Amino acid sequence: MSTTTLTETRGAGQSGDKIFSGATLAAGCLILAVLFSVAVFLLVQALPVASADPAEITGGAGFTTYIFPIVIGTIVAAAIALLIATPLGIGVALFISHYAPRRFAQGFGYVIDLLAAIPSVVYGAWGYAVLAPELAKGYAWLAENLGWIPIFEGPASQTGRTMLTAGIVLAVMVLPIITSLSREIFLQTPNLHEEAALAMGATRWEMIRMAVLPFARPGIISAAMLGLGRALGETMAVALVLSGGALSASLIASGNQTIAAEIALNFPEAFGLRLSELIAAGLVLFVITLAVNMVARWIITRHKEFSGAN
Amino acid sequence: MTSATLARRQSSLTKGKLPSYAVWLVLGAALVFGAAAASLVGFSAVSWGLFSALFFLLGATAVTAVVEGGRKATDSLATYLVYGAFLVALLPLLSVLWTVLERGLPGISYDFLFTSLNGVTGAVDNASVANGTPVLGGAYHAVVGTLQITLWATAISVPIGLLAAVYLVEYGTGGPLTRAITFFVDVMTGIPSIVAGLFAAALFGLLFGPGTRTGFVAAVALSVLMIPVVVRSTEEMLKIVPNELREAAYALGVRKWRTITKVVIPTAISGIASGVTLAIARVIGETAPILVTAGFASAINWNVFSGWMSTLPTLIYYQILTPTSPTNTDPSTQRAWAAALLLILMVMLLNLVARLIARMFAPKTSR
Repeated sequence: MSTTTLTETRGAGQSGDKIFSGATLAAGCLILAVLFSVAVFLLVQALPVASADPAEITGGAGFTTYIFPIVIGTIVAAAIALLIATPLGIGVALFISHYAPRRFAQGFGYVIDLLAAIPSVVYGAWGYAVLAPELAKGYAWLAENLGWIPIFEGPASQTGRTMLTAGIVLAVMVLPIITSLSREIFLQTPNLHEEAALAMGATRWEMIRMAVLPFARPGIISAAMLGLGRALGETMAVALVLSGGALSASLIASGNQTIAAEIALNFPEAFGLRLSELIAAGLVLFVITLAVNMVARWIITRHKEFSGAN
Repeated sequence: MTSATLARRQSSLTKGKLPSYAVWLVLGAALVFGAAAASLVGFSAVSWGLFSALFFLLGATAVTAVVEGGRKATDSLATYLVYGAFLVALLPLLSVLWTVLERGLPGISYDFLFTSLNGVTGAVDNASVANGTPVLGGAYHAVVGTLQITLWATAISVPIGLLAAVYLVEYGTGGPLTRAITFFVDVMTGIPSIVAGLFAAALFGLLFGPGTRTGFVAAVALSVLMIPVVVRSTEEMLKIVPNELREAAYALGVRKWRTITKVVIPTAISGIASGVTLAIARVIGETAPILVTAGFASAINWNVFSGWMSTLPTLIYYQILTPTSPTNTDPSTQRAWAAALLLILMVMLLNLVARLIARMFAPKTSR
């Protein structure tokens, strides 16, 4: 009798175990399936573009000619954002990890994290209504005095809704990402390295250059790459801030466009081939950000075994 | 004793050092010279700040270089730059918050919170500007849409994310599948939000005919963005549950799935809940996926399975880019900023709730 009860409970428990582990496995596989189907569905919906007559594509010269300027625009906007946000982010992270008074450091960290909590559409509205008019004055001055440099070529935009403004807004948005990741890495620097440098008579900056930065270099690179991934895919800030147009070298005149903003601005009214075009553009964006993110993750995992105290 | 020794000791320690008030002297001088230089090119707060910062950096570094030497000068220059980076990073935050408060507060009213934009046309806005009457129409439909879509996205992502994290931590054996899921969850975190929107639009376009736009499509798009965040935070929380708890349960003969549901998850529940709340805070402000999946509505729509829906972010976007009345944009701008204030308050509240949850339900072990 006792044996039957034993086998009975074991049977019930076993099925519970099986169901639960099966459910978790299914959820894990579902995530892989979702990512895979993102690629597949975008591909299926974008296929009509490949077979379409080049003259029917927007611009009338085929998909490559259509996508090229907005790929360049996307990269330029993200590059401006990164050029501004990386040094600034490293500075802020150093401030929080090594310079700020210990008592306030965590509070300062929260304050910078607040930047990440503000929705992107609010940044877009802010860039549109506050930042762009402020920068327009500076652009007029740049066009007058440095107009011989191609990127500052006039006529400067009167509204300030230009590529440079969009890049600055993007920089503000990726700043918290770069800051929080770098901060984590800086805090992981082995204390003994820092103390050894200070004991040798190094100043604080020399200690940071000799002990902290070499230790954190892969972390900083991957933080910047993750920031780049965010900046490449950011939509609303660019859609609201940039007054788009054809590709141009000048960053302070209106013109240029990014993939994400192009989709957001045109998708609501699109149908038929235009819809496929925009989805194909989305696919291009997906591939670019996927590549950037994978490289960043690869750098992180490759250096994982070196982080920590050694 | 010796004021003589005292004086000598001070001098031996502080020899070749700048007194602590030197920085403030240089700063004062930089502000004065900055004002002078700024008035040469046209005085404004921005040019004053720029010139003062430049003069301060040059002046302070030069003074340190002369008195304390080159290495100290580099050190102090780095210090000023690092402090400066933090101050510069604060500028946009303060500016955004101030702008939203200043322009959003006048628009917040009972009518704004509890009426929709249904029937509010350009003529209505023109009339309210011409007669000086309060702006009509509000964001009620958008608040309803935001809550509905976010709720559905949460209902989809939390079970999937939670179970996947349990698989990774409790069942995963470090094999190829575990590594693939970990890697692609990381990659998924970086999917541009608009691509997630396009995915949901393409999926439902194939299933239910092109142009299918409902709140549910938007919820699917948002859960693509939300699942990886839930997985990551849950995974971190499950990992820090002490192994002794699991072993104690196994030693009592408890099944693995009972151990997980009765011991592991309750121990980590505070962290999981706050991670989920942060994930909600992240997707509630998403605009781009909603734009391509839920369309835009001005009437209240409680049904996520049929009809277009509006959310607060899309309301802000459309009110700024295509004002209700093209000739009088002020009412639309006012509504947009009021909606922005409402949205920021919601996000901040969620962040605060997440911190409170994490603190209140923290496990009581002292490990």
